[in-house]
Amino acid sequence: MSDYILEVNNLKTSFYTQSGEVKAVNGVSFRLQPGKILGIVGESGSGKSVTAYSIMHILTDNGFITGGEILYKGKDINRFTKKQLHGFRGKCCSIIFQDPMTSLNPVYTIGNQLAEAILLHTDKSKKQAKAHAMEMLELVGVNEPAKRIKQYPFELSGGMRQRVMIAMALACQPDILIADEPTTALDVTIQAQILELIQSLQKKLGMAVILVTHDLGIIADLCDEILIMYGGRVCERGNADQIFYAPAHEYTKGLIRSIPDITGNKSRLEPIAGTPINLLNMPDGCAFCARCDNAMRICLEQIPEELELSPGHKAACWMNVKKAADENTVFPGANR
Amino acid sequence: MKTKNLLEVKNLKQYFPIKTGLFKTKPLKAVDDVSFTVGHGETLGLVGESGCGKTTVGRSLLHLYEPTGGEILFNGCKVTKKTIGSLRREMQMVFQDPYSSLNPRMTVEDIIGEPFDVHKLYSGRKERREKILSLMELVGLNAEHATRYAHEFSGGQRQRIGIARALAVNPKFIVCDEPVSALDVSIQAQIINMFEDLQAKLGVAYLFIAHDLLVVHHISNRIAVMYLGKIVEISDSDALKTNPMHPYTQSLLSAIPIPDPKTARSRRRIVPEGDVPSPLNVPEGCAFQTRCRRVSQKCTQSCPPLCDKGNGHLVACWHA
Repeated sequence: MSDYILEVNNLKTSFYTQSGEVKAVNGVSFRLQPGKILGIVGESGSGKSVTAYSIMHILTDNGFITGGEILYKGKDINRFTKKQLHGFRGKCCSIIFQDPMTSLNPVYTIGNQLAEAILLHTDKSKKQAKAHAMEMLELVGVNEPAKRIKQYPFELSGGMRQRVMIAMALACQPDILIADEPTTALDVTIQAQILELIQSLQKKLGMAVILVTHDLGIIADLCDEILIMYGGRVCERGNADQIFYAPAHEYTKGLIRSIPDITGNKSRLEPIAGTPINLLNMPDGCAFCARCDNAMRICLEQIPEELELSPGHKAACWMNVKKAADENTVFPGANR
Repeated sequence: MKTKNLLEVKNLKQYFPIKTGLFKTKPLKAVDDVSFTVGHGETLGLVGESGCGKTTVGRSLLHLYEPTGGEILFNGCKVTKKTIGSLRREMQMVFQDPYSSLNPRMTVEDIIGEPFDVHKLYSGRKERREKILSLMELVGLNAEHATRYAHEFSGGQRQRIGIARALAVNPKFIVCDEPVSALDVSIQAQIINMFEDLQAKLGVAYLFIAHDLLVVHHISNRIAVMYLGKIVEISDSDALKTNPMHPYTQSLLSAIPIPDPKTARSRRRIVPEGDVPSPLNVPEGCAFQTRCRRVSQKCTQSCPPLCDKGNGHLVACWHA
């Protein structure tokens, strides 16, 4: 068995729509070690959420995994039967969604929904399941669990609902927790509470976490590894220091430049020009080339490969290839 | 006529009746006794968590709600039902959601041109079209976009259309209600820069409502912090960032996700415990007492007033 709990190799996911095939994820690979936090960052339409949904096999009806493999402890999830998938979801890997309001069932009590997950995946009795549900609520910091268990989702605040979602996701002690924008719908102070909760639970239970977000601020002190995605591909990966202090992809550089300065320096922001890419109409070369200030001819024609710049730090940008070429060897095709 | 402050809000109150029984109603105090001023060409940031009444303040200013109490003076003229018709030529609004604030059945030209029609600001079709095109150029849209519909645009471009519409009447004051929170980071920066450029060019004042403190600090001259319908702190934006005095502002600042690993690791978070109480059951005394670390008996008994702590730094806390 491998050291990795989850390996995603060259994952491709497409949606078939009336206007054509939308290649939402286009060859994404990453590996996740047990007990680590992986952050996936990107704009809307970058394929970050679809990557998460593909792992869980919860794509909409018109979405299909068209290539690649997802290995959970060495076994390919894509080849799982429906029954195996039922066992995988919730017990091995679970997900929390962005909007806790719509992802809880409004007509069942909190206790009912929590117990459902427990009854489905363990052979506990109803009474034991209820007790376990209360323990879980206690664990995620919901006060008065005995009272909450009889309440309906609408009676709880947004932060409380997200805690219930986390409790539900962790009820069967999965090895992997996928958090898809877990705090986007919440206020800053509540966001800080939830992030601290995820971090402390991750340490306590030793699970691996995939944190999907658009907010660079969230991942800065939380993640062991960060993937930056654009147009369905990974453009850069590395740890927080490598990404923030030595960004090597033009998109990552642009993203970091476009956030207001935390030190209070009010100099003008430097936005990335243009608009996000249309996935129906992908260019032949680098997905970012239309918005890139330093685009070369080769960027339009050929997709850049990921190049390892330092241990663990990879970026898929022709600029790095050119830089390497300028410094020592001749590189073909890098003429503007 | 030019007054010292463009906008003066005095003791603004906005209550909504909430049904609690068949015949019983209870007032929800969305905005409770809020006073502030906005100078000519100034940007006042308004931050707070959801449900604290920041959007309601913005809407009350434009008389989209009839205020329950208090007074709003725009350029010395009282904003009432009678005056608001003409005052809307000077006060406009940009909304949060660029997807629902544009009519899907109207072309961009008609959306931007509607304020001209309402206020009869042109003499002929040709002038109307010229004015629309110059506005589109101002916000960075191409002239060829004029005949398209809103759904053909991305979020950032739609927000540009909304801003062009607000600018059509050449206002002196714009309420920007979370104008960038629905946009991606890379697009956010474009729109923020545009707000700044427009201010430099046209001298328009903003009330910039947002929950993202980094963005608000970047764009504002002064910042007001709201909690449960009340302003708890108002000051110069740099002073607020370096020297927050209210415990709520302090925790709000410490909770911002910092996009810088070294600073993020070294800082200490003061995250307030628990949730915001329901605005229907605001505790007596200081509204923040249920989550405050410095709460004392005085806080539970009476509500602290906004006091000047020097240099126009106003704080409503017994312990500041």
